[in-house]
Amino acid sequence: MRLRGRQIDCVRGGRAVFSGLDFEAASSHALAVVGPNGSGKTSLLRLIAGLLVPAGGSVALEGGADELTLPEQTHYLGHRDALKPALSVLENLSFWRDFLGGDASDPHECLAKVGLAHATHLPAAYLSAGQRRRLSIARLLAVRRPVWLLDEPTSALDAAGQDLFAGLMQGHLARGGIIVAATHAPLGIEAGELRMGGSA
Amino acid sequence: MTLIDLANPTKFLSLTARILPWLAGATAILLLIGLYQAAMAPDDYQQGATVKIMFIHVPNAWLSMFVWGVMSLAALGTLVWRHPLADVAAKAAAPIGAAFTFLALVTGSLWGRPMWGTYWQWDARLTSVLILFLMYLGLIALWRAVDDPSRAARAAAILTLVGALNLPIIKFSVDWWNTLHQPASVLRMGGSTLDRAFLIPLLVMAVGFSLLFVTLHLAAMRNEILRRRVRSLQIMQASQQAA
Amino acid sequence: MTALAALIRRDIRIALRVGGGALIGVLFFLTVTVLMPFALGPDLALLTRLGPSILWLGALLASLLTLDRLFTSDHEDGSLDLIVMGRTPLELACAAKALAHWLAAGLPLIIATPVLGLMLNLDATATSAVALTLLVGTPALTFIGMIGAALAVTLHRGGLLLAVLVLPLSIPVLIFGVAASQAAISGPLPFGTPFSILCAISLVSFVIGPFAAAASLRHGLD
Repeated sequence: MRLRGRQIDCVRGGRAVFSGLDFEAASSHALAVVGPNGSGKTSLLRLIAGLLVPAGGSVALEGGADELTLPEQTHYLGHRDALKPALSVLENLSFWRDFLGGDASDPHECLAKVGLAHATHLPAAYLSAGQRRRLSIARLLAVRRPVWLLDEPTSALDAAGQDLFAGLMQGHLARGGIIVAATHAPLGIEAGELRMGGSA
Repeated sequence: MTLIDLANPTKFLSLTARILPWLAGATAILLLIGLYQAAMAPDDYQQGATVKIMFIHVPNAWLSMFVWGVMSLAALGTLVWRHPLADVAAKAAAPIGAAFTFLALVTGSLWGRPMWGTYWQWDARLTSVLILFLMYLGLIALWRAVDDPSRAARAAAILTLVGALNLPIIKFSVDWWNTLHQPASVLRMGGSTLDRAFLIPLLVMAVGFSLLFVTLHLAAMRNEILRRRVRSLQIMQASQQAA
Repeated sequence: MTALAALIRRDIRIALRVGGGALIGVLFFLTVTVLMPFALGPDLALLTRLGPSILWLGALLASLLTLDRLFTSDHEDGSLDLIVMGRTPLELACAAKALAHWLAAGLPLIIATPVLGLMLNLDATATSAVALTLLVGTPALTFIGMIGAALAVTLHRGGLLLAVLVLPLSIPVLIFGVAASQAAISGPLPFGTPFSILCAISLVSFVIGPFAAAASLRHGLD
């Protein structure tokens, strides 16, 4: 499996964010997207996720499932954690597990893996920022997707949380997954580097 | 010159610069001929001289719907091909369409005055045109509400198409509602029974007004393209100063 | 199907829990109806005659105004991105969200109708006619209003602008809803004529609404 982007141009609000971008990430490899603010890291991830339409060029997953589009084989972990404060931790996770569909695992196990086993029935409103991030990460485990797109995944996580997440990413790569992560901080795993915003 | 070339804004600007004076001239001549013929047309045995309002009213009413059709085509261009010129065409057409619709309303109301004894009657045609006018105003408000033109274009395109699908339903509902509450309209006018003395000036006026729309639309599109160039120059300037 | 059922379950749960605001629609409906006698006078004969129209106007405003945050709340917390990326066609997801909204906010309006009918001195036939037309008509309002709710994501704003855009589109529903209620009460038309047209309009809106909303969301997620 290979995620490949060719000659991608991105225009937002009449401003060219980046142009002619090429990148490649193979199975079991992580790609760290680095660069200053405004260089288009988030835009690139949203473009791969199909949430932005490129002004030119294309992104494709070679060797993925034929009947599924790239966004359908992708997990996107953005700045916003897609949690509803009115629902319990378990309800939040079960919803995404049922809605996203595909190869699913037991939500209780996923919550245990991110260290939220004690809080399954509490409303998500009571979680701290770090715990909210852990709950969003549990979503990546609840349903299997070959491609993970992570936008500043380690922000809000403490040192223990970062170690835990690095372990989970290692596990994903070991199963042949692909990770593309936009980050300022080191990811804690071995990753190729894609530098955005050439001049800086 | 192919259609593809026309889709390039720069080519569009240079081509329209050459065409526009001719179009404006043809519009003026046709409208003058039409107005003269309309003035010479005989009075109606029933409605008297007020029938001459028809020569202004009918072309405006026709254009009020035609312009929505033009915007719907442009909306398809925006959504399917994401072409910026389609955005420009849709945006430039909305105020012109609203103006024609407003004129259709005013002339319809003036025409109805001697018949009804009042300026406003909840007549089926007039009510449908009023709703169309409200929809034009809503669309213009939408264009003005969003700062980013391509974002506004997509929202406006969806609304235009939904409007195009709904307009026949609205028209049908209002007609039905109207027949429920009052007998047939005063403004009823079978096209086929229209006398030649009325028909020819009416056709000339209709063509004249349609040309007027094309002229105004092209001019407004030019303005909009230039406005967007100013905007992108300003954005470039802002990013240069930041760097 | 599990995906759609999960979405409907989630939206209803959120609407009914603290901060959900499903019942604000009913409260609005109640308040608008209570306001009417203050504007029209407490003349029961007049209120009886205008009753169906008052109830329809109140229900129309209540169901359109509560739609405001149908998609924007999901957009703000990032859920909408994941819904768009999911394996469920976006049109179906939109329809499921509208259905959930109608179950949580539209159905209570119809349940409240008999009480409000009593206050407007409507008899049993009139009340049941209004309730029946609302049962068929309010889903159409929800599905039409959903287009506005989806545009709110693109426009980054909601409120009055959306009401201005969507209200003209709801005119046919209002016309046939009120006409069917009136036909059942005083004739001269048979109830079936306007009622079946109302049903037809509802069916059309079930098609147009999800497609327009999905198109709007796809093009509006910048």
